[in-house]
Amino acid sequence: MKINGFWIGVLIVLALGYAFTFFVDNEFYFFAVYVVLQGLIMAVAWNVLGGFTGYVNFGSAGFFAVGVYTSIALNKAFALPLPLIIVASACICGLIGLGTGYLTLRLKGVYFAIATLAMAIVFETVANNWEYVGGAAGTYVLQPENSFFFDSYVEFLFMVMVILAVFATALSRYLSISKIGQGLAAIRDDETAAECMGVPTLRLKLISASIMGGLMGIAGAPFPFFISFVDPLSAFSLLIAVNAIAMPMIGGTAYWYGPVIGALLLGTIQEITTVTISSELNLLVVGSLLVAFITLAPQGIAGLIHDLKNGRQKAKDKSHG
Amino acid sequence: MAENILVVDQLTKKFGGFVALDSVSFELKENERLGLIGPNGSGKTTMINCVSGALFNDAGKVVFENQDITALPAFKRAKLGIARSFQIPKPFHSMSVIQNLLIPLEYAAWDRVDHHRLQEEAMEILELVGFQDRANENSASLTQVDMRKLELSRALAAKPKLLVSDEAMAGLSSSEVDEILEILFKLNDRGVAVIMIEHIMRAVTRFCERIVVLDAGKKIADDIAENVMKDPEVERAYLGE
Ligand SMILES: Nc1ncnc2c1ncn2[C@@H]1O[C@H](COP(=O)(O)OP(=O)(O)OP(=O)(O)O)[C@@H](O)[C@H]1O
Ligand SMILES: [Mg+2]
Repeated sequence: MKINGFWIGVLIVLALGYAFTFFVDNEFYFFAVYVVLQGLIMAVAWNVLGGFTGYVNFGSAGFFAVGVYTSIALNKAFALPLPLIIVASACICGLIGLGTGYLTLRLKGVYFAIATLAMAIVFETVANNWEYVGGAAGTYVLQPENSFFFDSYVEFLFMVMVILAVFATALSRYLSISKIGQGLAAIRDDETAAECMGVPTLRLKLISASIMGGLMGIAGAPFPFFISFVDPLSAFSLLIAVNAIAMPMIGGTAYWYGPVIGALLLGTIQEITTVTISSELNLLVVGSLLVAFITLAPQGIAGLIHDLKNGRQKAKDKSHG
Repeated sequence: MAENILVVDQLTKKFGGFVALDSVSFELKENERLGLIGPNGSGKTTMINCVSGALFNDAGKVVFENQDITALPAFKRAKLGIARSFQIPKPFHSMSVIQNLLIPLEYAAWDRVDHHRLQEEAMEILELVGFQDRANENSASLTQVDMRKLELSRALAAKPKLLVSDEAMAGLSSSEVDEILEILFKLNDRGVAVIMIEHIMRAVTRFCERIVVLDAGKKIADDIAENVMKDPEVERAYLGE
């Protein structure tokens, strides 16, 4: 039942996305939705390690930037088509996730969070000094001529993002209901107890870090073609990094749909703020929403939904006997 | 002659300069019921941590079913059949009671259970402990006493060959202690070896065939209950001088 519901939803989203490219002409809407979906993929990615596994970290957005620069380098060197670039970025970022995970995942709590922050700074330093991809000055990236079956490259990019967002969501959902997801939840709740109950904690944490890295990579790969000019300031943007953490926190980190809800909500609010007031306000918007949720509803929106459902179930149970 | 299921050989564990276990050796036969007692801070929990792999020992060996497991991580020892309960309960607090049991069933016991009957297996264990009505309750909201029962059920769900219960009965009423003892006896009948760490002496003497006594990280006695209780050194360790 539930499985069908999810996959029907996936088909509807893909169909709506495709229809959107037919019926909408104003490029602004493609840009706006692109940004929201980019946030969504990053939120889902962050949540695999930060939410499911409980390894809250500040450096995840660094993997987005690695995806961005991998994409620039591959485009410049081989002019590969975007789908291949995305796959390559996913692999490279996944491997870097695995490697850095191996180095940092033995740390706990705040030490881990700080180590990941340091890692992101290392990435940024590399980007600043790697002249081939623009170094500190940045580089222009031309949109390829070929926009496949679409009228413009922007429409193509938009559809790519819709597909990637659906893919990321489906992967994270699969993960959360699978045996691996149960193991990750056990690690989040109590790592020692998990290990003593047979959960291979190190292996599962590395899987989680690799998936986080890979998904961040696919979020970053199309970005150079989207904004055309990339420098370390845009790839390592504070807003992008903060969003990746705030969206799952606001949406709720314990369930796969939490980051999706958080990203759609926060992303939309930010786009509206950008248009009606100013993009300068976006950080303020995230900040205040984050504070509000952490104090009032630390389980996020998904947690509220879950409690509501549970409450109803309990009331039902009681009235039945 | 029953085989040894567990051999602890000259095991030493230090925390910094503090020696928590000082070259302790003991053996456990298949299907045996062993008590591990000693005053507070004598090293009982530390011993169990080293046997289950939650901590690694500094010197000495741990052998389980003739395999040297000294260097094995805890999850592999759990798969081999060593399960333990925690003295300070460590429930998976975001999960319901039954989900807590599904973790060891899906991991530690995976090679020993029917993969299509995990739910039923978990329910059977909850029924054994008298917890069947609580299956869907959130484990974080249990009382301390109920959390101990959950600890024990979760260890049972790992389908162990060796079960170590670390003060599973602390705080239970006398009739509840009897219930838990019944469960452990039943388990033992099915061939599971048990190490019981307990301060409730009535339970220890009723249940255990043999008792090992630790004092300040050293083994001071290892004998049948009757003899251990008469041992002047044990008396001194408990009563002080
Ligand atoms: N992780 C640790 N770091 C430092 N010291 C520790 C650690 N764990 C235990 N100890 C010390 O080792 C000694 C033995 O502790 P342990 O918990 O094994 O005792 P115990 O026999 O289980 O006591 P109790 O009956 O109170 O449970 C104690 O002095 C304790 O303070
Ligand atoms: Mg203890």
